[in-house]
Amino acid sequence: MTGSLAALGRWAIGVFGRLGRGHLFLLQVLGASATLLPRFGLVVAQIWSVGVLSLLIIIVAGTFVGMVLGLQGYNTLVDFGAEESLGVAVAKSLTRELGPVIAALLFAGRAGSALTAEIGLMKATEQLEGMEMMAVDPLRRVVAPRFLAGLIAMPLLAAIFTAIGVLGGYFVGVGLLGVDDGAFWSQMQAKVELMDDVVNGVVVKSLVFGWVVTWIAVFEGYDCVPTSEGVGKATTRTVVHSSLAVLGLDFVLTALMFNQ
Amino acid sequence: MSSPSSPHVPTGAPIVEVRGLSFRRGGKAIFDEVDLDIPRGKVTAIMGPSGTGKTTLLKLIGGQLRPDAGVVRVDGLDVHAIPRDRLFELRKRVGMLFQSGALLTDLTVFENVAFPLREHTRLDEALIRTLVLSKLEAVGLRGARHLYPRELSGGMARRAALARAIALDPMMVLYDEPFSGQDPITMGILVRLIRRLNDALGLTSIVVSHDVPETCSIADQVYVLAGGKVVGRGAPAELQASESPWVRQFIGGLPDGPVPFHHPAVPYLDDLLAGPPR
Ligand SMILES: Nc1ncnc2c1ncn2[C@@H]1O[C@H](COP(=O)(O)OP(=O)(O)OP(=O)(O)O)[C@@H](O)[C@H]1O
Ligand SMILES: [Mg+2]
Repeated sequence: MTGSLAALGRWAIGVFGRLGRGHLFLLQVLGASATLLPRFGLVVAQIWSVGVLSLLIIIVAGTFVGMVLGLQGYNTLVDFGAEESLGVAVAKSLTRELGPVIAALLFAGRAGSALTAEIGLMKATEQLEGMEMMAVDPLRRVVAPRFLAGLIAMPLLAAIFTAIGVLGGYFVGVGLLGVDDGAFWSQMQAKVELMDDVVNGVVVKSLVFGWVVTWIAVFEGYDCVPTSEGVGKATTRTVVHSSLAVLGLDFVLTALMFNQ
Repeated sequence: MSSPSSPHVPTGAPIVEVRGLSFRRGGKAIFDEVDLDIPRGKVTAIMGPSGTGKTTLLKLIGGQLRPDAGVVRVDGLDVHAIPRDRLFELRKRVGMLFQSGALLTDLTVFENVAFPLREHTRLDEALIRTLVLSKLEAVGLRGARHLYPRELSGGMARRAALARAIALDPMMVLYDEPFSGQDPITMGILVRLIRRLNDALGLTSIVVSHDVPETCSIADQVYVLAGGKVVGRGAPAELQASESPWVRQFIGGLPDGPVPFHHPAVPYLDDLLAGPPR
């Protein structure tokens, strides 16, 4: 009994200790990011590797998700004779939920895991310590550019995912199932709001998700046990924790922003 | 080379002063009240059996580890008391060769050597190239500058790391096992290189090594560490003649003596008889 209580206590201390370290780390990274402006080239290079290299998976996934939305939306709407609203249904689902959420989940799996593994391996092979001995701050040189790159890339990827998804829905609805072309676009134009759907949905959500996913990814890498096993575990934790964080935060954001 | 950040340090004062240094790891005392002086402009060797804490000592001098007690002063600055930006200023003047090399794996040999120059100076590309090539020439790797660290042998990686450690023309270089993994020819070249760099550039060198004859051939002064203490110090010739059993065992490579070969353990027979844990 006391044994399990002690174990629970140790576990809780571990969890809160990590949370504390994670937040302190975030503050340091933000401080380091602020000094990075003169060396924006470092950030651009990272945007390439976290953003551009995630592009293919975002485009492919966006197409399929859009096509499925087109199909399911049509099947439901056609019973009410409302299939002309298909454009609205597809666009609202994508901008408000599926675009930012699925893009963030893919981003966590593709870019987040890579960030953790890269930083973790640099730690395991003494590269970070080596930098410190050369008077180069690894937070500024290695972590901050990756953090900023994730923050910048995520909204762009979510926007691309959403746009491609709408095209996928259009292809199935209008191209295959015969929904009226003009109605598809004009209803979408009339009903999709810039503030409510695009800004609150795509922009705000994906900024929050990008922040959280990249923060978890760089922290797990920097904080990992510097061995092959430690890096492997940290990579898994990044994907699991950031995916759960995205889904949980999505609920909170939805409740806050779309609560009429 | 002196810097505005250093307090007035009398010439002739040791560049590194270690006083009463104690350091523990996982309940085990690695250092116990150690005092060391590293004289300016000399090559000082630190020798000792594997696992005595030579690498740890270099990390304490570089300010990467914090001692439990005692002070480490480098060029008059207390490494563990000065703020981080001062420490970084100091580190720019100290090169360190890691035992593992610690090269940046996503950069070529050339870019690795250029890395400290690009981070800390605003030299133009032509000058950086000249500097990097001269450092690489010194370690014999000018022809390997396009290779990535994964394409290097262990010995080559160590030499590339050496070129990087001297890229900023430091006042002091810490070498952690520069000779291990080198063939006899390279070893001979490196031994002379360390001496030559030290004298030509007016550096101070701290060489941590097991290779007794090579290290003794270039060292002005040797410290022998064992069991968390300094067990011998002096010029190589003095140590050869030393009466201390620790020093005799280490310098002579004798199997019997006060330095145990084994990590502390229960007697072998007891361990065998105990059987697997149930
Ligand atoms: N991260 C660590 N955690 C706990 N103990 C450590 C750690 N690193 C080193 N040690 C212990 O500290 C002692 C000194 O290690 P160190 O690497 O300084 O030895 P060394 O003298 O450089 O040995 P070698 O000549 O083999 O390189 C060893 O007994 C080792 O077990
Ligand atoms: Mg060592």
